[in-house]
Amino acid sequence: MGHDGDGVPGDGTGPGATEPLAGFVGCDETIERLYYYLDGELTEQRRIEIVRHLDLCGPCVGAYGFESELRKLVANRCQDRVPDALRDRVARALLEESAPGTE
Amino acid sequence: MADQEQFSDLAMEYMPALYTAALRMTRNPADAEDLVQETYLKAYRAFGSFETGTNLKAWLYRILTNTYINTYRAKKRRPEIADVEDVEDLYLYHHLAGDPSAGLGRSAEDEALDRFTDTDVKAAIESLPDTFRMAVLLADVEGFSYKEIAEITDVPIGTVMSRIHRGRKALQKALVDVGRARGLVGASDEAR
Repeated sequence: MGHDGDGVPGDGTGPGATEPLAGFVGCDETIERLYYYLDGELTEQRRIEIVRHLDLCGPCVGAYGFESELRKLVANRCQDRVPDALRDRVARALLEESAPGTE
Repeated sequence: MADQEQFSDLAMEYMPALYTAALRMTRNPADAEDLVQETYLKAYRAFGSFETGTNLKAWLYRILTNTYINTYRAKKRRPEIADVEDVEDLYLYHHLAGDPSAGLGRSAEDEALDRFTDTDVKAAIESLPDTFRMAVLLADVEGFSYKEIAEITDVPIGTVMSRIHRGRKALQKALVDVGRARGLVGASDEAR
């Protein structure tokens, strides 16, 4: 999907448009591949296509920035401190496991 | 071949990550602690089969994941609904969208994102069905690659990609729901 009413640049790559220039992709494709781009899982060719698009398209940069912030939020807001009791418990369990005569 | 004596030195540093994942999966501290302890014991016993130089963190996660599936999930009597509602791309972004004329700099959406607390994010993740929750945790909280997640969860890479993709969308939907309850997001789609 594109950015209807959000100031789509006139790159003519929306649905039904003619083929974009080789090496260039439109908003729809950029948004579709955004996760793969953020994940670093695109081929070099496809990655460059996204970079080129982001260089030119404000709305897609906004979406990219947001998704990238969201990724950080999910990682940062989801950390828990290990209770000391658990560390002790695991250390003890491993010690018992390794003690001779218990096998 | 790995040496059991090295196990603690190498494996203990991953406990915060494993504990966080265990908490999100079991949704309760007592079960999470048991799951982590069981993971370490199994890993210790099997450490001889761990290939030194390969990814220890991924190997530990594989044990954690399997233990969770075999022990904790099996406890539930009815299987969890294994699907999530599909929403549009950029669902959360569009729901947090502020005044488009706000100008340059940090956007209203990014600011709105900051108002989600730890509790909000954890609740949203914990609301996802098992399979999707696991995929999102491994990808977005732990930063594993698709290939690593495929190895950890023992499913083809295409399945991993689909689970992550749909899990993330479901997470965005859950965050909108949580945000609505807290007044961070407008009351309804029609309001926009």
